[in-house]
Amino acid sequence: MELLLSIMVGALVAASVYLMLARNVLRFLFGLILISNAANLTIFVAGRLTPEAPPLIPYGQDAPVGVVANALPQALVLTAIVIGFGLFAFALTLVYRTYQNLGTLNSDEMRLAEPEESKK
Amino acid sequence: MSWVLASPIIIPFATAVLAFLFRAGPEGRWISVIGSAGLLIASGVLMAEVLDKGVVAAQMGEWAAPFGITLVADLLSAVMVVITGITGLAVAVYALADIDTRKEQLGYHALFQVLLAGVCGAFLTGDIFNLYVWFEVMLIASFGLLILGGRKVQLDGGIKYVTLNLISTIMFLSGVGLLYGMTGTLNMADLHGAVQTVDNPGLLVVVAIMFMIAFGVKAAVFPLFFWLPAAYHTPAISVSAIFAGLLTKVGVYALIRTFTLIFTTDIAYTHTILLWVAAFTMVTGVLGAAAMNDFRRILSFHIISQIGYMILGLALFTPLAIVGAVFYLVHHIIVKANLFLVAGVARRIAGSTELDRIGGLYTYAPFLGLLFLIPAFSLAGFPPLSGFWAKYVLVKASLDAEVYWVAAVALVVGLLTIYSMTKIWGNAFWKPHPAGATPRLSDMTGLERSALLTPIAALAILTCIIGFFPQPFVDFATRSAEQLLDPTAYVTAVLGPDAMPVVEADGLAEGEVTE
Repeated sequence: MELLLSIMVGALVAASVYLMLARNVLRFLFGLILISNAANLTIFVAGRLTPEAPPLIPYGQDAPVGVVANALPQALVLTAIVIGFGLFAFALTLVYRTYQNLGTLNSDEMRLAEPEESKK
Repeated sequence: MSWVLASPIIIPFATAVLAFLFRAGPEGRWISVIGSAGLLIASGVLMAEVLDKGVVAAQMGEWAAPFGITLVADLLSAVMVVITGITGLAVAVYALADIDTRKEQLGYHALFQVLLAGVCGAFLTGDIFNLYVWFEVMLIASFGLLILGGRKVQLDGGIKYVTLNLISTIMFLSGVGLLYGMTGTLNMADLHGAVQTVDNPGLLVVVAIMFMIAFGVKAAVFPLFFWLPAAYHTPAISVSAIFAGLLTKVGVYALIRTFTLIFTTDIAYTHTILLWVAAFTMVTGVLGAAAMNDFRRILSFHIISQIGYMILGLALFTPLAIVGAVFYLVHHIIVKANLFLVAGVARRIAGSTELDRIGGLYTYAPFLGLLFLIPAFSLAGFPPLSGFWAKYVLVKASLDAEVYWVAAVALVVGLLTIYSMTKIWGNAFWKPHPAGATPRLSDMTGLERSALLTPIAALAILTCIIGFFPQPFVDFATRSAEQLLDPTAYVTAVLGPDAMPVVEADGLAEGEVTE
């Protein structure tokens, strides 16, 4: 299972790097989604996988009985997903507004903030 | 005790809520000023506590140390929070005249306070995942501030700022995940012991490099700084100033914290990389500044160049070098924020920040000239201003460590800094205004003048105080460096008095739980 997830992380990162190298900013954003999911899976795998043992505490006990899945990576991943979603929503809006205002999604043509010297 | 640590985070958040509720009227800006003053007081209380009792730590929600989230302040954290308070208050006062009502209605003051809360949180947290969360708080607030107003040039700069910072964040997050996988803990004090017992030190170095890249993007070091000169000159002046003062320095702080507390297992490798990074950062930054022809863009490149000096202090990793890095950090935040504020006044009265389109400031506004010269000379390292002592300590440290070439680089970069400062001086202040305008400070209304010039004057006086009476500040930096290089106090404050010897057993026990 660990091996499968690790390969998947690798595939996600490879695909996202390919997308992020594109000039089109929207493609870059899709790459960003993929790589943030890869990061989440990395945390999940790094925290060790314990299948079929939910971290539940039986009624009347103070601690889980026996070996259970580690709940902490799941909490971290949950936090990271929420934050990542918020940031992605912002980035998507920003790209949309930029497209409306600048009329392009090509990052090579975005030279307003740093104009080329030759134009002077 | 925990209130002392939590209040620098809670006060800005509470202020942000109030400022957002009152964003429609003029109350919002005064709430922001009062809240920032409250933050400064809270940071002063925290500083007094840390000076009195040493490292202060508190467990949030009463969860015991390696498991819950810890807030912890040593001298470095405390001084960074104090500086955040000072800069925050200065910029909040400046914003009274700088931010127009439209930006206020869009929630400028609320975002500004959230930014301060994020910065303070990053300085105070003792938990590596919590540090990630504070970075995100800071980042989302800075995104909002950067594009507030929605001018085309802001959106253009914003795209580069947002995308590169998001990549760095993901790098950081993956690093945290892998570090947790190896050590089974997220508490930074606990990590200090746990990394000693990791069975695969090579992998630890890989993770250290991931952190170095992630924080390197935040700190804008070579070759990861390209988002900074693309973005920092585009937003409102107040936003530029607070970004220039604080944001990159949070990255530097995170580098100093992790590479003195956690990633010290292979110093010969990691800190040599940092040394080269520092040298290239200093040189490329100052060359970029020399090539620019806009007040704010020159200053933006100077931020990069100055970051190199701080990284240099960390990279040399001798007690004196760390003293230099801490001193530089404190001096730089004040000076850099101040220069951006001066650029704002210049734009206000002369009409632009492009050096070709302004001039005559020395003839008609000599007082502004004086206020510019103090931080400018301090940045370049003229005695007896604060920058001189900071550079002196760092150059001395690199000579002592027998890394002569770096000392030479640091000195040459100082010289080039003066070159680009004289460019600003010659163009903006000395030459006559190209359009024949007469930029006078008296063109502004009384309220505007006092709101814009008071923070500049106050920060300039602070620069002079550090410069003329450096001894207490150097003593402080020395104590702070001792704490950083010997984390016993930090670890025991978080994990309890007997934590230091048995900390390795703790790390193992927890590692087993996770398997």
